[in-house]
Amino acid sequence: MSDTAKPKPAAASRANTKKELPEHLKAYKHVWVMVELERGVVHPVSWELMGEGRKLADQLKVDLAAVVLGPPGGTEAAVTDAFGYGADVCYLVENNSLADYRNEPYTAAMTELVNTYKPEILLLGATNLGRDLAGSVATTLLTGLTADCTELAVDAEGSLAATRPTFGGSLLCTIFTLNYRPQMATMRPRVAPMPLYRAGRSGRIQRHEVSLPEESIVTKLIDFLPDGTTGKANLPYADIVVSGGLGMQTAENYQLVRDLAAVLGAEWGGSRPLVQKGWITSDRQIGQTGKTIRPRLYIAAGISGAIQHRVGVEGADLIVAINTDKNAPIFDFAHVGIVADAMKVLPALTEAFRKRLAPAAMRPAAE
Amino acid sequence: MHIVVCIKQVPDSAQIRVHPVTNTIMRQGVPTIINPYDLFSLEEALRLRDRNGGEVTCVTMGPPMAESALRKCMTYGADRAVLLTDRFFAGADTLATTYALAHLVTKVTEHWGAPDIVFCGKQTIDGDTAQVGPGIAKRLGLLQLTYVQKIEHCDLAAREIVVHRRAEGGIQVLKAKLPCLVTMLEGTNDMRRGTMEDAFRAARAEIVTWSAAQAQIPDLAFCGLKGSPTIVKKVFAPPPRAEKAFQIGVEGKTAGDISETLVAEIFKRQPGLEQDLTKSAGADF
Repeated sequence: MSDTAKPKPAAASRANTKKELPEHLKAYKHVWVMVELERGVVHPVSWELMGEGRKLADQLKVDLAAVVLGPPGGTEAAVTDAFGYGADVCYLVENNSLADYRNEPYTAAMTELVNTYKPEILLLGATNLGRDLAGSVATTLLTGLTADCTELAVDAEGSLAATRPTFGGSLLCTIFTLNYRPQMATMRPRVAPMPLYRAGRSGRIQRHEVSLPEESIVTKLIDFLPDGTTGKANLPYADIVVSGGLGMQTAENYQLVRDLAAVLGAEWGGSRPLVQKGWITSDRQIGQTGKTIRPRLYIAAGISGAIQHRVGVEGADLIVAINTDKNAPIFDFAHVGIVADAMKVLPALTEAFRKRLAPAAMRPAAE
Repeated sequence: MHIVVCIKQVPDSAQIRVHPVTNTIMRQGVPTIINPYDLFSLEEALRLRDRNGGEVTCVTMGPPMAESALRKCMTYGADRAVLLTDRFFAGADTLATTYALAHLVTKVTEHWGAPDIVFCGKQTIDGDTAQVGPGIAKRLGLLQLTYVQKIEHCDLAAREIVVHRRAEGGIQVLKAKLPCLVTMLEGTNDMRRGTMEDAFRAARAEIVTWSAAQAQIPDLAFCGLKGSPTIVKKVFAPPPRAEKAFQIGVEGKTAGDISETLVAEIFKRQPGLEQDLTKSAGADF
């Protein structure tokens, strides 16, 4: 990556930018991934992190471990899958107090595991659960935490190099936690690809007992109101996404994005300014501060492609951009571009897809 | 009831520009705003105060100019505002920030009483970490309730609070005890306009301003750049992809022609997608 950028970060003038790990922290080894198990379901971000963690562990020549916290008898599938997705070891805490996520018992269990088994790297998903937990754990352990990373790597000295957008997503920065352990980082869903699953792969299970008497936990879950399944945006895991930006000019024109999405059975979304203008809800915002997507096809209409948008869509297999400005940054990372007015192209494109995708029997005889 | 709201003055990131040649941030003329996520927490705090009586204290750590953000909070109706400002705090990461803010809340407690609730924004729009709220809670030994959609019930006498918290796949209804730290989800309320009376009061009000020494921050080694376990080693613009986008010619063509060429190009590059789409379209008939 480019290393010529300015300004020189302020940190460059600091004395403690060198790695001088205190003696008592040298025992910290291995890479851990927190497996987010909620109501019997593992959030896919945990497996995505397992893929990233595998690469780091291989480079460091250490083990990759999964951390599974849950109720007795409710963790078996998560443990099996953790090995399938690449873990060598699984640290398992089963306790009735861990049946549902609550900050207090989860922080207590995770902190105790870290203090007992000493990992050098601890990765969590940047979900509501992961962010709630990571802040508490890092503060308890008084270590560094880099949130919402877009890339994780290991440098020549074996330190975790965590890259994330900065300055409102207009630049990237690489952050290190050189002299504290563990080095903690979170990554959002869909930033990393799903790793291959190898059925039958297994590893060592390290059970650990933690004392978490329910009467010592103040927070009580008194109800859970599940979301309805219809009409809810699920951009991160959609196969096709169509989106619009300020180039759509009016809220009414945004309907053209939805029309195209309807023909493709796609999810629809938009850039940050559209949320600020109230044209779309925040759960449909695409980009660093919204959702990260990895569809097979992404069509962006009237979006200029600022870095904060780019980092949210770069994982797409095929990016198509429609923009009137031939110098728009989106053409630097799109695969296919059209320099044209989205308001004219979108309806025509909707029609072209409709024709092409109609079942053979429905097509005009000439075809 | 005493409520402390932690806010942050941030650059309006929608207006940040990067110099195309030098890749430096063009800070000049970028207006600052109160972090938008903080407003949902401030409004919730004001509502609780209006219902229960008491005071809302807004606090921030930042440069002297952050005073204007605090004054703005007072125009919305906050009762007082405290600014912690000192060069020792510059360059703080989340851990060093929570050290300073937790001690600031402690100092506020000494002056105006212990808060029943500390509110923070869900995250900031410049740092976007969502880690400062949980960090302050941990340092102050408070329970934390993050991503709260609704405060269903807050009983001062029983010291009890019931909230709806956004979780994966649904809403957790959680019962906890006061004092606690709450971060509100965006879109959960609309910030009030503030009364004329508040506007006049805010204009005249003294913003309490403390240096590190005045706030009696115990150990400056835990503050700012020095107290930050994370270090930023480099800042850079992402490199462009090796190839620019393949452009579909538009010269002299109709939107229909362009679209048919594009559809063909998409399916040439993603043949599996066409099969899957045709299959699912066929199933509808």
